[in-house]
Amino acid sequence: MDIHLLENVLFAMVRTGTPLLLVALGAMMSERAGVLNLGQEGMILVGAVCGFIVAYTSHNMGFGILAGVIGGALVSLIFGFIALTLIANQVATGLALTIFGTGLSAFVGAGYVGQSLIGLAPLEIPLLSKIPLIGKALFAQDILVYLAFVLFAGIFVVMRYTRWGLIIRAVGENPEVAHALGYKVLLVRYCAIMFGGAMAGLAGVYLSLAYTPMWSEGIAAGRGWIALALVVFASWRTERILLGAWLFGFASILHLLLQGYGYEISPNLLAMLPYIVTILVLVMMMTRKQGQGNFAPRSLGQPYYPQR
Amino acid sequence: MRLGHLFKLAAATIFCCATAVNAAPLKVGFVYVSPIGDAGWTYQHDEARKIVQKEFGDKIETTFVESVAEGADAERVIRNMASHGYDLIFTTSFGYMNPTIKVAKMYPKVKFEHATGYKIENNMGNYQARDYQGRYLAGMVAGAMSKSGTIGYVGAFPIPEVIRGINAYMLGAQATNPAIKMKVVWVNSWHDPAKEREAAESLMLQGADVLTMHTDSAAVVQAAAAKNVYAVGFNSDMSAYGPKIHLTSSVQHWESIYRTKIQAVINGTWKADAVWDGLKEGVVALSPINPVVPKPVVAKVEQYKAEIIAGKRDVYQGPIYKQDGTLAVAQGKALTDAELPKIDWYVKGIEGNVPK
Repeated sequence: MDIHLLENVLFAMVRTGTPLLLVALGAMMSERAGVLNLGQEGMILVGAVCGFIVAYTSHNMGFGILAGVIGGALVSLIFGFIALTLIANQVATGLALTIFGTGLSAFVGAGYVGQSLIGLAPLEIPLLSKIPLIGKALFAQDILVYLAFVLFAGIFVVMRYTRWGLIIRAVGENPEVAHALGYKVLLVRYCAIMFGGAMAGLAGVYLSLAYTPMWSEGIAAGRGWIALALVVFASWRTERILLGAWLFGFASILHLLLQGYGYEISPNLLAMLPYIVTILVLVMMMTRKQGQGNFAPRSLGQPYYPQR
Repeated sequence: MRLGHLFKLAAATIFCCATAVNAAPLKVGFVYVSPIGDAGWTYQHDEARKIVQKEFGDKIETTFVESVAEGADAERVIRNMASHGYDLIFTTSFGYMNPTIKVAKMYPKVKFEHATGYKIENNMGNYQARDYQGRYLAGMVAGAMSKSGTIGYVGAFPIPEVIRGINAYMLGAQATNPAIKMKVVWVNSWHDPAKEREAAESLMLQGADVLTMHTDSAAVVQAAAAKNVYAVGFNSDMSAYGPKIHLTSSVQHWESIYRTKIQAVINGTWKADAVWDGLKEGVVALSPINPVVPKPVVAKVEQYKAEIIAGKRDVYQGPIYKQDGTLAVAQGKALTDAELPKIDWYVKGIEGNVPK
C-alpha cells in the first residue's frame, strides 16, 4: 500500500466510524446510568429524517442538525417515560422504540425520498491537515466529525474526572445507595437517556446530511445494533469506544477495498466480524476472575423506583 | 422488514373498500416494493401507471400500494386487492412471485402479472425488461469516457440478474475501448446508501474513473459527483444527483407493457404469458447523454442501438470469452433467453471473481 492509499483508507475509516462512535457514546452514557436502550436504530432514523426535512425545507444545515438532535432526544423520552416512570421491561421497550422509529421515519419521510441536497462540505484545517498519513483522516473531515471528537473528549473527561461522572456511575452500579445519598436516580437516568437519544439523532443527521446527503427509508442500515455491540466490545470505556468505532470502520472499508484488488473474502463473513469480535470480548471478559472481568454496570437493565 | 408499511396497509385497506362500489371501469392494481420517491425502480413503474391511466381515461381505474415488503405483507396486500374486485393486478418485485401465485390460485377470475419472475399460472403472466441492452449502451459511453482505463461497478448481490448487467456493461465498454478494465465491488445489500458510497469511494481510490451501480439508491452517483468523477445511473435518470458528471442512465419505461396487457384484458384476449421486452419495444432506454460525451461516441451508441432494435446485433453474441480465457459464446452464436437467466461468470477484462 502506498502512502496516498493508506491516507485515504484512514480518512474513510474515521468517516465510517463516526456514526458508530456517536451512537455508541450515547448508548454507553445511558448504560452507565443503568439503562439498556435497544432503541438506538429507531432514534438514529428519527434523527436522520428530522434533520433532512428541516435542512431541506429551510436550506439551513444548522437548523437541520439541531432538528435531528432534538428529534432523537424527543423519541428517547418516550422510552424514558415507559421504562422509567411506568417501570416496563427495558429490553421490550427498547425494541418497541426501534420498530416505532423505523415506521415513523418512513411515514414522515415518504415525501422526501429521492430529494437531494448539497451535503456538509469537508472543512480542512490549515497546516494540521497537511500532516502526512493522519492529517487527512483527522483534520480534513466535515464539521460533524470534529463535533464527534469534541463530544468524545468531553465525555472522556466527565466520566473520568468529574463528580457528575461519579454520580452517573453510582446510579448505574447501585441505584439504592445513590438514592440514599440523596441523588435523584430517575432524573439522572432521564438525562442519560435523552443524551443518548440526542447522540443517536446526531448520528442520524451525520448520515442524512453529511455522509450520504439524502433521505431514504432505513438509511441507518443496522448501525444502531453495531453500536450496541460496540459498547460491550469496549467494556463501557470511553477511549475503547473510539478505538472500536475506528476498528469497525476499518474492517468495513477493508472489505470493499480488498474486493477491488481481487482478494476473495466472503462479504458475509466480514459482515459478521463486528459481532464475532464482540462475542469474543464478552467471553474473555466473563472468563476472567470474579470482580475483575465484568465491566457491565451492575444494575444495567434493571428497573428502579425510589421507595422512600 | 419495513414496518412503515403497516400505516400504508391500513390506508390501502380503507381505500380498497371505498372504491369497491363502482364496478364499471377496469380496476387495475399495482403493488410496489419501495416508496415511489422521485427516482428508481418503483418510480418508473408508477410513471408508467400514470401514463396508462391518462391514456385509457375512464375506461380504467388504477390504484397502487407502495412500500410493500416481500413476503407475508405482500400476500396480504395482493389478496386484499383481489378480494375487492380488482380485475388485473401488477406485482412489481421479484420477491412477490410466490405470494402472487398463492393469491392467483385463490382468485382464478382475477388476472395477475408479475415482474421479473419466471413462473406462469393459468391466470398469472410475467414480464420483465431486457436491462442488459441498456447496460450495454451505457457501458459503451463509460468505456469511451474513461481516461484511466479502469471503470467501476457497485453490485448489490451476485445473482444472475446483476451479473448479466455487469457483463453487458463490460462488453459495451469493450466495444468503444478494447483495453478497458473493470473492478466490481459487492455491498451485499440493495439499500445501504452509506455502504454504497463507501464502495464508490474505494473504487475511485483504486483508479476507477467512471462509476455505475446496481443498487437502489443514487449514493454512487452522489459520491462520484463529490469527487468530480463520471457516473452512469440505473433505473431512472439520475442526472439530478450530479448534472455535470452524470453521463447517462439505463432506464425502464414500463408503459408499453402495461398498455398491451390492459388492452388485452379489455378486449378479452388476455392470456398468461412471459414477456421480455427491451430496447425494441421501448421498455429499456438510455436517458439523454451528457453533452461532454464526444459526438462520434454518441453516433456509435445510436448505431448499435439501431442494430440491436433491428435484430442485427445481440449484446451476448459470440465470440465472448470468460475471465480465464475459455470460450463462453462461440462465433456466430448468442446466448438464448433460456441461458441468459443463468449467467454466473464474468467476461474477460473484469477483475476479481464472482463471489461464491
